[in-house]
Amino acid sequence: MQLVIDVTYFVAAALFILGLKRMSSPKTAVGGILWAGAGMLAAGFITFFVPGMENYGLMIIAIAIGSVVAWVSGKRVAMTDMPQMIALYNGMGGGAAAAIAAVELIKGEVHSAAAIWLAVIGAVIGTVSFSGSLVAFSKLQGWMRKSLHFAGQQLFNLSLFGVTLGLGIWIASGDPGTGVIISFFVLALIFGVLMTLPIGGADMPVVISLYNAFTGLAVGFEGYVLNNAAMIIAGTVVGAAGTLLTQLMAKAMNRPLSNVLFKKFGAAGGEAAEVGGSLKPIEADDAGIMMAFADKVIIVPGYGMAVAQAQHKIWELAKLLGERGVTVKFAIHPVAGRMPGHMNVLLAEAGVPYDLIYDLDEINPEFETADVALVIGANDVVNPAARNDPNSPIYGMPILDVDKAKNVIVIKRGTGKGFSGVENQLFFADNTRMLYGDGQEMAAKLIQAVKEL
Amino acid sequence: MIEGMTALYIFMLAAFTGYEVIARVPVILHTPLMSGSNFVHGIVVVGAMVALGNAETATEQVIGFIGVLLGAMNAVGGYVVTERMLEMFKSSKEN
Repeated sequence: MQLVIDVTYFVAAALFILGLKRMSSPKTAVGGILWAGAGMLAAGFITFFVPGMENYGLMIIAIAIGSVVAWVSGKRVAMTDMPQMIALYNGMGGGAAAAIAAVELIKGEVHSAAAIWLAVIGAVIGTVSFSGSLVAFSKLQGWMRKSLHFAGQQLFNLSLFGVTLGLGIWIASGDPGTGVIISFFVLALIFGVLMTLPIGGADMPVVISLYNAFTGLAVGFEGYVLNNAAMIIAGTVVGAAGTLLTQLMAKAMNRPLSNVLFKKFGAAGGEAAEVGGSLKPIEADDAGIMMAFADKVIIVPGYGMAVAQAQHKIWELAKLLGERGVTVKFAIHPVAGRMPGHMNVLLAEAGVPYDLIYDLDEINPEFETADVALVIGANDVVNPAARNDPNSPIYGMPILDVDKAKNVIVIKRGTGKGFSGVENQLFFADNTRMLYGDGQEMAAKLIQAVKEL
Repeated sequence: MIEGMTALYIFMLAAFTGYEVIARVPVILHTPLMSGSNFVHGIVVVGAMVALGNAETATEQVIGFIGVLLGAMNAVGGYVVTERMLEMFKSSKEN
């Protein structure tokens, strides 16, 4: 039996790696998750036959409740809320890894010194990932709006981490009893919360990705404790992949990871330059005509479009323009949406084929030849200040060069500032016209205008 | 039983594998891929099952139960949302 179990775990690990590989190309991606899913099912099923186990009743109840709750919530969640849902499920995984560590440490039968150390390290990482992810979830869900800052915060967090680590060393090197083990977990929980509280909403995706890598590592370490090769391999692969993904995201946002974790956004830098010029409004009819007679239109969607649920209308507009012979392309900034790649998901939901969607490096040279750039719900990612105002908090962030298009139409609800609280120079540019109103309503009016021609 | 050095080799090779598998992923797939890797570490449910299966005292049982519950949510939730997102990615040539 042991051989069958070992072979199944081996196959599961192979399926995970192959599945992840397939998930990194849009053509094979759906197959990838199916492969990985098959591996997970097999590994879960065969675990029931591990010799010498008890508590099967509890096990089945826990799996049933967890599966049903996760299945229903996962099916129901709106695509716009996907980032926080990923954070939530990831936190669950971290918590599970921590629970494994807790059981093994309390039992005190861990097989070797190396295993105890890994159990303790995995416990800290898993617990921090658990409570940190829950805070990340609450923030993106809008349950927790303010970022918490207080004097000496970093020093306090550092000391808290030191104490937690100290307890961990005590546990790893002796047999301190259940009280110390419980305090160790409680402190790690608090540390995860305090570490995540000061981080602003815009930086949250990077943090979620980091916690994803954390959970992976924790799972890998606890896998060693339990002598389970599938956990070691799957956990470590995710730990490494998650770390790389975190770096890619941080780079796309031009925010080094250390800044995300330890610096308040916009804390540095002086006064931003005054913005000259005026805001010039336009009517939907005129904007529609402008686009209908253009050769090339580039649509730049932002999270605001998804909030207004305008993506279906925008795709309808794009199709209409396409029928008239206009070349339509979608330009996506790496951090459009709540998370890199999130906007692609939202557009895909509306039915936009992925080969019409271009990322920053591909599309930026094309703005000069575009007759119209239509910006909907995007703000900071098209602000030229990032290119030419060294005092701006967003200076240095790669942006879409929308201002280089012959005409720019910006659909915007009001005259307010963007997520970062920075005034947008683009809106005051000579070639920019503002189309004020709700995204969905304006998109419908544009469709109407094009149809009536 | 996986001994110390063997485990180190596994850790090292798995880490390189994870890095290489992701290295060339296009930005458009960052969110689904993060969700997919989130699903993969749902394998933790297997470990939690073993921990609960070997739990003796009531405390161990309670913690083990929570572990399996959380692990199952990680695996199932991760799968459902990843599948939903990837399902939607279509090329214009397919339509």
